[in-house]
Amino acid sequence: MASDVCMSLQDVTISYGSFEAVKNVYMDLPKGKVTAFIGPSGCGKSTVLRALNRMNDLIPGCSLKGRVIFDQHDLYDKRVDPVEVRRRIGMVFQKPNPFPKSIYENIAFGARINGYKGDMDELVERSLRKAAVWDECKDKLKESGFSLSGGQQQRLCIARAIATEPEVILMDEPCSALDPISTLKIEETMHELKRSYTIMIVTHNMQQAVRVADMTAFFNAEAVEGGSGKVGYLVEFNETENIFNSPSQQSTLDYVSGRFG
Amino acid sequence: MRSAPPIDAFTLRRRPPQEKLTDIGFRQLTLVLAASVGIVLLAIFVTVFTGAREAMATFGLRFLTTSAWDPVNEQYGALIAIYGTLVTAILSLLIAVPIGLGTAIFITEDLLPRSVRDVIGLLVELLAAIPSVVLGLWAIFVMEPAIRPFLSLLHSTLGWTPFFSTEPQGPGTAPAILILVVMVLPIITAISRDALNQVPVELRQGAYGVGTTRWGAIFNVILPAAVSSIMGGVMLSLGRAMGETMAVTMIIGNSLNFSLSLLAPGNTIASMLANQFGEADGIQVSALMYAAVVLMILTFIVNVLAQWIVRRLSLRY
Amino acid sequence: MIPLFLVLIYVLIQGGRLISLQLLTELPPAPGLEGGGIGNAILGTIVVTLIASLIAIPVGVGGGVYLSEYAQDGWFSKFVRFGNDVLAGVPSIICGVFIYSLIVATRIFFDQSFSAMAGGIALSVLMLPTVIKTTYEGLLLVPQEMRMGAYGVGASRFVTITQITLPAAFTPIATGVVLGIARAAGETAPLIFTALFSPFWPEGLFNPIATMSVLIFNFAIMPYEAQNELAWAASFVLVIMILGANLLARWISHATRA
Ligand SMILES: Nc1ncnc2c1ncn2[C@@H]1O[C@H](COP(=O)(O)OP(=O)(O)OP(=O)(O)O)[C@@H](O)[C@H]1O
Ligand SMILES: [Mg+2]
Repeated sequence: MASDVCMSLQDVTISYGSFEAVKNVYMDLPKGKVTAFIGPSGCGKSTVLRALNRMNDLIPGCSLKGRVIFDQHDLYDKRVDPVEVRRRIGMVFQKPNPFPKSIYENIAFGARINGYKGDMDELVERSLRKAAVWDECKDKLKESGFSLSGGQQQRLCIARAIATEPEVILMDEPCSALDPISTLKIEETMHELKRSYTIMIVTHNMQQAVRVADMTAFFNAEAVEGGSGKVGYLVEFNETENIFNSPSQQSTLDYVSGRFG
Repeated sequence: MRSAPPIDAFTLRRRPPQEKLTDIGFRQLTLVLAASVGIVLLAIFVTVFTGAREAMATFGLRFLTTSAWDPVNEQYGALIAIYGTLVTAILSLLIAVPIGLGTAIFITEDLLPRSVRDVIGLLVELLAAIPSVVLGLWAIFVMEPAIRPFLSLLHSTLGWTPFFSTEPQGPGTAPAILILVVMVLPIITAISRDALNQVPVELRQGAYGVGTTRWGAIFNVILPAAVSSIMGGVMLSLGRAMGETMAVTMIIGNSLNFSLSLLAPGNTIASMLANQFGEADGIQVSALMYAAVVLMILTFIVNVLAQWIVRRLSLRY
Repeated sequence: MIPLFLVLIYVLIQGGRLISLQLLTELPPAPGLEGGGIGNAILGTIVVTLIASLIAIPVGVGGGVYLSEYAQDGWFSKFVRFGNDVLAGVPSIICGVFIYSLIVATRIFFDQSFSAMAGGIALSVLMLPTVIKTTYEGLLLVPQEMRMGAYGVGASRFVTITQITLPAAFTPIATGVVLGIARAAGETAPLIFTALFSPFWPEGLFNPIATMSVLIFNFAIMPYEAQNELAWAASFVLVIMILGANLLARWISHATRA
């Protein structure tokens, strides 16, 4: 396996109960790059993303077949502690979900859990700055995280993920609740972060994928005979440029050019 | 997961063993605590049943149909107490349900200004919190003397029926029924109010939309929609009324003689336990335990029925 | 409905007019004598309720946590929730009979029979279902995303529950627990043959103890004016305490609602 591969999915199939949501995914996610997952709603992008740090363990009935290799280990090996996995692979969710604590504590909570030994005030400020929300927060660090607007809450959650300095950051539509200016700030942050971290991002915004992602994976869903719903699968995974300019599959071309349906 | 974390400031990427142990230990601890409900319940059943075994062997089912309660000759039958338990509980609900339901309709449908409704709602909840021993005290010194003239009137007009055939003279079944009404009324009102409040607004608006009158809407649409929760609440109150001890004990007279008359002193299983259990010995303890078994089975059936009604009927809406 | 409020008002007037410092701090008089107070019963109610809370709150919150945070929706969780509803419906006098047979009659605590401890345990059996139910239902209201957020930064279940989920559900749990304590404080039936009564100041956890509720019961049926008056006074104190707890519970749920 090449050393520049961060995570590798090998024949991954994820089911909710007996319903197979995504089937037979093979993917080598490169280290130190931003990879975007795109595709129509319900094709399993979030499902795959959650599989990368064993977040799916927490959904009753969700199971995974196949292998997810990270740092030479199968994440789904019995001996692997899912909590340790999540300390190294952080996550930002689709809906802002700050903790019912002060803004300061929202950041400090994760850092403390991860055994942070440095200057906490400094870490809080640095993380909030990186997430482009310091100006809004600096005068109300003691106030509840819920006192922020939806978009500010989302940036707080991004700051929270950055603060624990994981090796990989998973982001599920992190900008869907943000205005264009904060979105651009977050994208700048991603550019900076990818120097030290690997980032996977789910997005419905094509321009965003083009702007931030080095690699892009296109997922699609199809009804299968005998299945109870649409089964998602990976259509194409390549450099972003190739996906948007010369995709090898017709459905990818249809999707990225907005002729999907 | 061997490789060193990239930033040395974070020292806990690998979880130390004690942290994992805490995690597992906490889970097992809560599991045991959750299981304690089952253990306590089982222990209650086992304790009461074993206590009752001797009396069950001696008296058999005859215990349920005979009314002798004679510590001298060691003859025991719980008919008086069983009859008293059922009669007081059922009659009190027959009185309390219409009043409670009416009050609930009054405070949920906007027949009254909002502030008045809120105050009544608050008072209903506070009333439900009054300890039954305090109601018992009030029943002895205030209620019973106050209602005695009415009970006498009942006796003089309806004395030819067996139910009012005795002269009222202080404690008795009728005052016990009335104090039970006072006790369950707030519960029934609160449950009915919650049930009515949960009827979807669309259903209400739909009823008014097709031109029904207010009372037509209440009786044809809103009450049927809330009936399962209300019925469940009524059953729960029935369970409460059957198991209620203090207020009843203080006012029912704790008679050991059977009488059909509601104006005569009576007894219930709970008040018999409260009165005699502390001083009983020998087979009397076992007989009391047997009575406790009967009470437990009665309340168990009623409570399970209550849950079943709520679950079963609520599927329809 | 209106006559019901008369109960409340009557208790407040009849009991309230008797309240004095002497009444709150002195022992009850011997039968036939005048004066005295209910100091020992006030203290006893606090002691017994405290014992009950110290048992029922940890056990109930823990059990509720298991049901909502760990249990899959399998037979065990269904059984415990059903059992909890059944336990809630067990008449309180049966709790008394149970603890009497288990603890008082067997004299398992230092060969003591009736004791404050036995009374507290009986009350805790009564409180337990309320605490479990409010904890379980309170935790169900916490959005799943909140837990995910904590797991996402690498929190274990233990840390997530103790530092995120339980604090987030504080309001409904605290409200329910306060109401449960208030209800237990007024209970009499489980105490009459567990804690029994005592005309003296509390003599430790393993001796009989006076409580206001049992005092009301005992003194109401005595043929002495002084004792009857003390029963009214105790009713007043008990009702005020319980109304206070109810208002506190309301205040908690209003003041902390985000
Ligand atoms: N918790 C769950 N339980 C059962 N089925 C689920 C669950 N979460 C997702 N699914 C199903 O799995 C499939 C993929 O869902 P997923 O959320 O991964 O899609 P997505 O690509 O992220 O969609 P979107 O773009 O709308 O976020 C869908 O058919 C969905 O119904
Ligand atoms: Mg999604």
